[in-house]
Amino acid sequence: MIELTNVHKSFGKVEVLKGITASVEKGEVVCIVGPSGSGKSTILRCINGLESYDSGDILVEGAKVDRNAPSIVAVRTQVSMVFQRFNLFPHRTALENVIEGPIYVKKEPRAAALERGRALLAQVGLSDKIETYPPQLSGGQQQRVAIARALAMEPKAILFDEPTSALDPELVGDVLSVMRKLADDGMTMVVVTHEMGFARDVADRVLFIDGGVIVEQGPAKSVLNQPQHARTQDFLRRVLHPL
Amino acid sequence: MQAFWRDTVEFLPILMSGVALTIIVTIGSLLLSTTLGLVWALMRVSGVGVLTGFSAGLINVIRGIPIIVLLFYLYFVMPELGLTLTALQAAILGLGIAYSAYQAENFRAGIEAIDKGQIEAAQAIGMGWWQTMRRVVLPQAVKIVLPPYGNIMIMMLKDSSQASTITVAELALQGKLIASSTFKNTSVFTLVALMYLTMSIPLILLVRHFEKRAGQK
Repeated sequence: MIELTNVHKSFGKVEVLKGITASVEKGEVVCIVGPSGSGKSTILRCINGLESYDSGDILVEGAKVDRNAPSIVAVRTQVSMVFQRFNLFPHRTALENVIEGPIYVKKEPRAAALERGRALLAQVGLSDKIETYPPQLSGGQQQRVAIARALAMEPKAILFDEPTSALDPELVGDVLSVMRKLADDGMTMVVVTHEMGFARDVADRVLFIDGGVIVEQGPAKSVLNQPQHARTQDFLRRVLHPL
Repeated sequence: MQAFWRDTVEFLPILMSGVALTIIVTIGSLLLSTTLGLVWALMRVSGVGVLTGFSAGLINVIRGIPIIVLLFYLYFVMPELGLTLTALQAAILGLGIAYSAYQAENFRAGIEAIDKGQIEAAQAIGMGWWQTMRRVVLPQAVKIVLPPYGNIMIMMLKDSSQASTITVAELALQGKLIASSTFKNTSVFTLVALMYLTMSIPLILLVRHFEKRAGQK
């Protein structure tokens, strides 16, 4: 349902994506791993048009992603995004954050949106935080509200941009378990992450990206357990055994 | 001192009619400058080259012209170009335009202070530019903008006295007229100063309230 064909992208003189070709099937969980600065996040940001790309093609459900075309709204309502820094709206309660998109973008009736919003917050384990403002929530709670906000759009896929990197270690588990449940329920997910355990256990496929190219890809267990490429081996060694 | 009280009783009613005009000019130009300032600021952050350039240029032109010259232009020059304004209209329009530049810069600073992640989050749920501004950016920017906005209100109240130069009989002009016909300069201008101060105090308290609230978050 998401297809990238030979995507190139430069920031000024620095080429961050040097011909990315990849696809994500419906119901698939794909983890993107790689060193920082390798272009992982940029790929996600290009998929829902937060960033433009210079050449190549990105298709979501067959429709070309073009951040300057009106069609981008349709893409974004189908492909939600969860950010590293949560980016919840601090002036709105948890529930208001969740219903913002359904009511003001999808024009759903308020009552229906509220009901689903409550159900989604319950699903991520935050029934008791419905009326709480984001600054009063822990990082893990904020990220779970952000996941509920993404789900409220009833997307066909969700992009996760390092969803646990800004969290205290003891809060990572809550967020990962919510994500694992989503994966079990068949949600299509593209996850940029440094959580190799999550990638190994939950992902169907892993893409290893370095220097703006896909160095290696394949089933999660084979890429992470028996990496073929020297750069993948080196990266995994440093991530898994930092000392 | 007794003479001062006698003068106060005598002049206060006339000065109060000036106060009424001062308030009308201040509120009128406050509304106009707020609206125009918001428009300039939104143009400035729109990301559309033509609008950004136009707004930046306009703000600099307005900032570079003294208020008094702007008022003269509207009141004395515009009739020659076929647009006749009453003194009050010219005063509100002139002060409103002059202050719109400062309002715009204040609003722009507030808008630009909002974390880019907020805008991306809004875009990611499918919001367009205008909706992002209205639902996400502006409600958060208000808190940042309010304390300086209060200061602009105080400056505006005082600068409304410049309307006297184009015959608007507001507080300063009423004072000047009474003083020049009675020669009681001390009583009259002390009264005028006290009356401006009295009108400023609620605004000063308001600014303090805004600052306290902004500091909490």
